Amino acid sequence: MASTDVEVPQPGAPETPPRTGAPNGGAVSEDAAESTFAEVDDRERAVPAIEFRDVHLSFDGRKVLDGLSFKVQKGEAKIILGGSGGGKSTTIKLVLGLLKPDSGRVFVDGEDITDYSEAEMMRVRKKIGMVFQEGALFDSLSVYDNVAYRLHEQGVDEEEVEQEVRRMLRFVNLEDAIDKMPIELSGGMRRRVGIARALVGGPKIVLFDEPTAGLDPPTARTICELAIKLRDLEDVSAIFVTHEMNNVSYLTSEYAVVGEDGDVVFEKEGERLCLTNTKIMMLRHGRTIFSGTDEALHRDEDPYIRGFITGHMKEKERMSV
Amino acid sequence: MNIATRALLEVQETTLLATRAFARLFRRPSYTGEMVAQMDAIGVGSLTIILLTGFFTGGVLALQTYPTLKYYGAQDQTGRLVATALVRELGPVLSGLMVAGRVASAIAAELGSMVVSQQIDAMRALGTDPVRKLVAPRLIALLITLPLLTLMADMVGVLGGWVVSTKLYGILSATFMASVWDGLTTKDVVGGFLKALAFAFIIGTVACRQGLRTEGGTVGVGRSTTTAVVMSSILIIVADFFITKALQVILGLPS
Repeated sequence: MASTDVEVPQPGAPETPPRTGAPNGGAVSEDAAESTFAEVDDRERAVPAIEFRDVHLSFDGRKVLDGLSFKVQKGEAKIILGGSGGGKSTTIKLVLGLLKPDSGRVFVDGEDITDYSEAEMMRVRKKIGMVFQEGALFDSLSVYDNVAYRLHEQGVDEEEVEQEVRRMLRFVNLEDAIDKMPIELSGGMRRRVGIARALVGGPKIVLFDEPTAGLDPPTARTICELAIKLRDLEDVSAIFVTHEMNNVSYLTSEYAVVGEDGDVVFEKEGERLCLTNTKIMMLRHGRTIFSGTDEALHRDEDPYIRGFITGHMKEKERMSV
Repeated sequence: MNIATRALLEVQETTLLATRAFARLFRRPSYTGEMVAQMDAIGVGSLTIILLTGFFTGGVLALQTYPTLKYYGAQDQTGRLVATALVRELGPVLSGLMVAGRVASAIAAELGSMVVSQQIDAMRALGTDPVRKLVAPRLIALLITLPLLTLMADMVGVLGGWVVSTKLYGILSATFMASVWDGLTTKDVVGGFLKALAFAFIIGTVACRQGLRTEGGTVGVGRSTTTAVVMSSILIIVADFFITKALQVILGLPS
C-alpha cells in the first residue's frame, strides 16, 4: 500500500477508489508504487461490489422503488440519504435477498442474485455483513453467542470461535461486555455488538441500516469511525443508510490510517489526501434525486436537497417527505 | 381480498411452512440441541398443568357419572367410563387445548417479537434458515411431547377417577381397576395417540405461521398471539370431531 501527499482520482479507472494506507514519511518506495499500480489494474476490482439495474418494487400498490440504478465499487462506501419511507432500508434488504424486486436486476459481486432461491442466497449472504437499525441482536443469546452466531452455525472449533469473537469485540471496543445479555446493553453498545456480529468471517460487503439513529453524538461518532476503519483499513465495500448529516460529514471528510505506534488515527481530508471512495446517493419516492460527492451535494440547488441539508424545509416540501 | 380467499391463502401458507419444515429437517447443520431445548420447554414445562388438568378431569368424571350409573345399577362400571372417556376423548383434547393455550401463545409471541425486532431478518442475513432453526425444532418437539403428555393426562385422570370412586363412593379398588382394564382396548390408546399427533401438528404449524407473519410492532405481536391460541383451539375441537369419525371407520372403534 502506498501513501502519497495528494492522491488524484484515476480517470482511467472510473470510480475505482484509491486506497489509503499507513504513511511512511511521505516517500513512496518503488515497491509500493508498483503494488498500487497492480491494484488499480486488477480486473477483479472493476466488478462492482453491488449493482442495481432499474429496480422496481411496490408494496400493496404503493411504489417503494421506482427504477433505481446505482453501483457500489469495491472499497467504496455509498451513503444513501433520504427521508423516512424513501426506500433506503428496502434497498438494503434487496441486496441481502430478504426482498425480491418486482422488476430489474440486482448484482452482488458480479453475480445476478435476482432470481436466486433462498438456499443459493445463503451462500451469497456469507459475503455480506449487515448492521440493523436497532442492532437486532438475538435476545436469548449472550453477546458472545450473538457474535459467534455465524461461526457456531458453521460448526467452527470453539477455541477458534472465542479468538475471533474477542478480536471482533476488541474492534468495536466492547470486550468487557462479552458475557452480558443484550438486554443489559445500552442502545449504542447493542449497535456495536451488531457491527461485531456482522463482521465475523470478514465480509467484503457491509450494509449499515441507520446505525446511528437515536444515539447520542459521541456514540454516533464512534459508529461512524468504525465504518471509516472498515472502509480504509479493511477494504470493505459498504452501503451506509442514514438521514443524519453529521454522519455524512464524518464519512466524507475523514479517513483512517494506522499511526506509527500502531494506533488508528483519523485524519481530515485535505491534509494529505482527498477522499474519493465515498459517494452520496439521495433517494426520494424510490428514485435517485442526487448522486455524487459531498461537495456536489452541498452545491446542489434543489430545494428538497437544500432543505434536507440545512433542516429548513418549506411546509409543502415537508409534507411530501 | 374476501374472507374465503384469505382463509384459503392462510391454509396454503401454513401448509407450505409445514412442508418446508419437514423437507429441510435432515439437512446440515442439524438443530438437535434446539429441539431438545424445545422439548424441555414444551413437554416438561407443560407437565404440571397437564397433570392437574388430567387428575381433576378424571375425578369430576367419576363424580358426575357415578350417580347416573348407580341409577341403572351399573356403578361398578365407573372405571370403564372414566377410562374410555379419558383415553378416547378428554385426554387428547384437553391436553391439546392446554398446550395450545400455553405453548401456541409462547411460540407466536416469541417468533412475533423476533420478527418485529428484525431478529428473523438478522438470522437470514447471517445465513440461517429460520424455518429450520425455529419452526422445525418446535414442530418436532410438539409432535414428540404432546402424545406423551396425553398419556400422562390419561394415567393421572384414571387415578383421579379411582380416588373419587374408592374414597368418596366406596367402590372397591379391584372392581374399579377391573372395569378400567375391561373397557380399554389397544385401539383406544392408538386412537388417542393419533389425535394427540394431529393436535400437535395443528398447534405447531398455526403458532409458527402466526408468529412469523407478525407485522405492526408490539400490537401486532399481541394480535398474532391471540390468533394463534384461538385458531389452534378451534381447529383442535373441529379436527377432533372428524378424526373421531374417521377412527371409528378406520380402526373399527365402536360407533
